[in-house]
Amino acid sequence: MNPKKDLIGIEKLTAEEIYQYLDLADNFLEVLARPIPIVPSLRGKTILTLFFETSTRTQISFSIAAKRLSADVVNFSQATSSVKKGETLLDTARNIEAMKVDGVVIRHSAPGAAAFLGQHLEAFVINAGDGAHEHPTQALLDLMTMRQHFGSVKNLSALIIGDITHSRVARSNIFGLRTLGARVAICAPHTLIPVEIEKLGVEVFHNLDEIIHDFDVVMALRIQLERQQAGLFPSVREYRTLYGLTRERVGRMKPKSVIMHPGPTNRGVEIDPDVADGEKSVILEQVKNGVALRMAVLFIHAGGKIE
Amino acid sequence: MREVRLSSILIKGARVIDPESKLDAPRDILIKERKIARLERSIRADKARIIHARDFIVVPGLIDLHCHLRDPGRPDEETIETGSQSAIAGGFTSICCMPNTDPPVDNEGIVNYIYKEAARVGLCDVFPIGTITRARAGKELTEFGELLRAGAKGFSDDGDTVADNNVFRHALEYSRTFDVPIFEHPIDKSLAQDGLMNEGLVSTRLGVKGSPAIAEEMIVARDLMLAEYTGARLHLCHISTRGAVEQIRRARKKGVRVTCETCPQYFYFNDEVLESFDANFKVNPPIRGEGDRQAIIEGLKDGTIDCIATDHAPHCQAEKELEFANAPYGMIGFETAISLVIMELIDKQKMSWLKVIEKMTVNPARIIRERARSISPGTVACITMIAPDMKWKVTADTLKSRSKNTPLLGAELTGQVAGVIQKGTLKYSLKEG
Repeated sequence: MNPKKDLIGIEKLTAEEIYQYLDLADNFLEVLARPIPIVPSLRGKTILTLFFETSTRTQISFSIAAKRLSADVVNFSQATSSVKKGETLLDTARNIEAMKVDGVVIRHSAPGAAAFLGQHLEAFVINAGDGAHEHPTQALLDLMTMRQHFGSVKNLSALIIGDITHSRVARSNIFGLRTLGARVAICAPHTLIPVEIEKLGVEVFHNLDEIIHDFDVVMALRIQLERQQAGLFPSVREYRTLYGLTRERVGRMKPKSVIMHPGPTNRGVEIDPDVADGEKSVILEQVKNGVALRMAVLFIHAGGKIE
Repeated sequence: MREVRLSSILIKGARVIDPESKLDAPRDILIKERKIARLERSIRADKARIIHARDFIVVPGLIDLHCHLRDPGRPDEETIETGSQSAIAGGFTSICCMPNTDPPVDNEGIVNYIYKEAARVGLCDVFPIGTITRARAGKELTEFGELLRAGAKGFSDDGDTVADNNVFRHALEYSRTFDVPIFEHPIDKSLAQDGLMNEGLVSTRLGVKGSPAIAEEMIVARDLMLAEYTGARLHLCHISTRGAVEQIRRARKKGVRVTCETCPQYFYFNDEVLESFDANFKVNPPIRGEGDRQAIIEGLKDGTIDCIATDHAPHCQAEKELEFANAPYGMIGFETAISLVIMELIDKQKMSWLKVIEKMTVNPARIIRERARSISPGTVACITMIAPDMKWKVTADTLKSRSKNTPLLGAELTGQVAGVIQKGTLKYSLKEG
């Protein structure tokens, strides 16, 4: 299969394309288990990680993935928008082009920023999160983790709890899960659910206690404190009371179900510490799979060769 | 001594559409000494310059109630000169420029400047709209009387709604003194927040902050109530939602003195185009969903929407090359307006030429109390000639506007302005550029 130049989102991917990433990621997981977990696939390629929003773990994950493939990695991060420097994103793109980079991993607060960069660069672009739009590698590693646990994603039932409106993780997961044939539900107060979301084929709930027992996968999203300041929910305390993953609630989940979280967690808010570290939690597996999955993504888009 | 003679022009064989006289028939038009001398089935005039117009639709010079010329303030984006060139190439012989310039049009000095500059350029009539409030700050009224005496045609804080209910009430009341229209940009800021596109399924999918239809409809509701209460003349700018059209339709029936406009972008596009994240689609109000688009067309058909304006809003390229979230709102519109009208309304047989041209000539003229230049003997010749079937490609080079911020760059459109006669003189010809 000939992949598209860029990976901007999950929405436009076919099931075959998703499985291609997941299958290769499973192979790389074996590589990562070796004593010397490095392959020479991308030797001589230069990957730039361009993070305009702080994110330690995603940038490190991409960085490690690139190094495991023997690529040269340049990391750049600046929490301020390029606008403040008086430089447009297009200027940035042109400069990158001039420096002959093979691939760019971009994180940006503006939806569409990755697509914009992709349109203007010959180098391949991997979206590491663009505003509330998409975070495709997160969804792919989540799907990979689910497949590991249940053997298949098809016909699984997944519940995503939290701020759906502002979550790129939720969007990418909804698209991916639907494409692979899973049942998807979301649960949050009305203020954190975007309009017409049910048209994406998701069930919408507001009372967690009525439904938590019904799902194989329960995914909690990080709740941002500024949403409370914007009046979208009254307090962290009430949020935890209504939507927090507490030991008591988790006790009512399906026997073989798992708990996921894209990290970083607000312990004691959307997820209690004992639940995050508990037996149902696969949060650290997600992180581990993340490196393998990102290796697969970089490999495919950089046109790597399997030896 | 040589005889000094004004040249005459003979337009041969055109289909003449004149809303005022309800004429839609092939006619020859003879223009002499700035005026239409004769309008007949067949005219012979040996000494006239002949324009063979068998393939053309000939209409009165178009009037645009709503544009931004960025003059004074942003000569890198547009000036009265480049804006006039762009307008005339789009078939507009009269345009109303909105006052959100820098400095804004809140005193007669700026009004005088606009008239003087437009006269120097000498292409189309440029009618300034003054601000409702000083510095567009939404607090104190401007001197309507002084501004009107200098030639302002109406008042607007366009770009912003007059948020304070009491200030807007007084603006409407005070406008009655002169029976002049208040042009309102109806969007409630607190509901729209910093919404970047229409709130709907597409914004949900794209994760882009949405501006809901109700942000427009709430202010339309308030404005209609205040217009009814004060008896003033209200003109609602760039209407884009179903709910707004429905409210205006009801208010009309009750006798509220309200008129309104929409723009080609609101009946030609729906919000699915935003999937491209092309910042040239970022306008305010946002391009709405398909249901709203259909309602706008319905409103045009049944007469609820009086005018088609452009909301021509030039922005420099560097600003539109920013991330979608950081790019400014607005697209240019003079030079593509007639094409979108033809492609969406005429070619799809949603409206007749007479009805469409009415919304681009006599209706806007009535709102600003200007004479529509009808195509009839004795009137000053302001005429736009349209080649309705001509295919053309929009490129940065062909656009006369100094700014190129249109999502139609590279698109192939149908229908183009072939020539414009302003006050008896051929001011624009497609062939000659």
